[in-house]
Amino acid sequence: MPHFTKPGEGSWTEHYGIDTGPVSYEDSISPEHYELERDAIFRRTWLNVGRVEQLPRTGSYFTRELDAARTSVIVVRGTDGEVRAFHNMCRHRGNKLVWNDYPREETSGACRQFTCKYHGWRYGLDGGLTFVQQEDEFFDLDRDSHGLVPVRCEVWEGFIFVNLDDADATPVGEYLGELGAGLVGYPFDRMTQVHRYRAEVGSNWKLFIDAFAEFYHAPVLHAKQSVAEESRKLQGVGYEALAYGIDGPHSMVSSWGGMSPPKDLSMVKPIEQKLRSGLFGPWDAPDIGLDELPPGLNPARHPAWGVDSFVFFPNFMLLVWKPNWYLTYHYWPTSYNTHIFEGTVYFVPPTTAYERLQQELAVVTFKEYALQDGNTLEATQTMLESRAVTEFPLNDQEVLLRHLHVTARRYVSDYQQSHQSATPVRISAAS
Amino acid sequence: MTAPAFPAEFADLEPYAGWGVPTEGARYAKRLASTTDELQAFYDAAFPRLEAATAYLEQFGMDNLPDDAKRLLWLYCALVTVSFPVEVWRQARVPDSGASSFDAVAEPAI
Repeated sequence: MPHFTKPGEGSWTEHYGIDTGPVSYEDSISPEHYELERDAIFRRTWLNVGRVEQLPRTGSYFTRELDAARTSVIVVRGTDGEVRAFHNMCRHRGNKLVWNDYPREETSGACRQFTCKYHGWRYGLDGGLTFVQQEDEFFDLDRDSHGLVPVRCEVWEGFIFVNLDDADATPVGEYLGELGAGLVGYPFDRMTQVHRYRAEVGSNWKLFIDAFAEFYHAPVLHAKQSVAEESRKLQGVGYEALAYGIDGPHSMVSSWGGMSPPKDLSMVKPIEQKLRSGLFGPWDAPDIGLDELPPGLNPARHPAWGVDSFVFFPNFMLLVWKPNWYLTYHYWPTSYNTHIFEGTVYFVPPTTAYERLQQELAVVTFKEYALQDGNTLEATQTMLESRAVTEFPLNDQEVLLRHLHVTARRYVSDYQQSHQSATPVRISAAS
Repeated sequence: MTAPAFPAEFADLEPYAGWGVPTEGARYAKRLASTTDELQAFYDAAFPRLEAATAYLEQFGMDNLPDDAKRLLWLYCALVTVSFPVEVWRQARVPDSGASSFDAVAEPAI
């Protein structure tokens, strides 16, 4: 007996026209498929690399290692205030331009220009080549055509995106579709108190999105996180979403949020009772100057609403919680069965020590959950790779997982089709 | 004799001054390096004083906490860290978390 209304077709999966048959995870265990995903997905879609608050002034910059997209980028705020991105590569002999101590590690800071560690070539914040060591030793070197190679870069609601596909002119706002449009106007810029976590995870990148795109697992895997009686009740009820949304390659799940605050204090742990906070965030929401939620949040307008989780393809998740805070997840593949996970929590800055502790409890609770999720993924990856079982039944509360894998496979097959007729690249010494 | 870590009103928490460390990573590392008895002893001493501590800290703005007040707030961040093993796990590590790690790479300074 469903607690929340489903669409007329009887299921969300059928409502969105997605096949209900068993699912193969070959796309998550095949090194060859991952190599295709790098070009078909990560070099052809808008990738979120950060927020504008990370670039507070002229000359503020950070680097991003985009291993899956086979490059590293510099993102910098110019003297005109614009945010730009460049391949992190010196035009002289290809050295990585910006890095500290370890070339594979990301860095950030502020500068007036970028200077190559190797031969001292310098570039302005707009990417222009401004200085060449012993310039008169070169042969007809044209500085104007030797600036840093730009990467398409656009800002949407304060989120900075890059796209390595120069052929596709779709602006990021359009790429994010209806689900993105439904979030426009949410005051993300007020939530500048940032806690960021990073983990190296032993699974395919899509498997961790799977873990956060369904809550069917929550009453079971995280059972011990609740007090015993509440935990039994949660398992008995199971999980049903308030609503699911799918538009193009993107998707969202809208969930109830009975714990902020709970109906009965005995449902939660002593520290939560004292600090009035927990997994769903501090129970006392700060003022964010919003009379009404943007239409994309709590789309069912359900009074029990707690959190909406958006999956912006390919690897960016955005969770907006009822008590006025948000969370982002990024999944950066490093091989077919490894990736770097980043979870970043954004709050309105606390005004008192009590509020700071409420936020600490929400953040640390998120960490405790993520540690359980992360280890489960490695266990899933290793068994999927055994191929002892190759087809898996997914239920209607796992509709976003079906959609993610179908979408990822479609990007790969579209890419393969469009590149079938292309002549293979020949490497030749002579020209 | 070393100077007290915390404001005089919280002299009873001095035996746990080692928990007053500035980062989540350091607090979590100390949790993993502690026995369940040590975690319980710290929790039992700090938890009943939570309301008094937050009331004391209210008198300062978040941007101008004196050093002893800062250490007191760090100590209460550590109470949050140890509340999980004490109230739920009955062990220092998150159960089934095995080798996985989840490291703070950015956090707001207190």
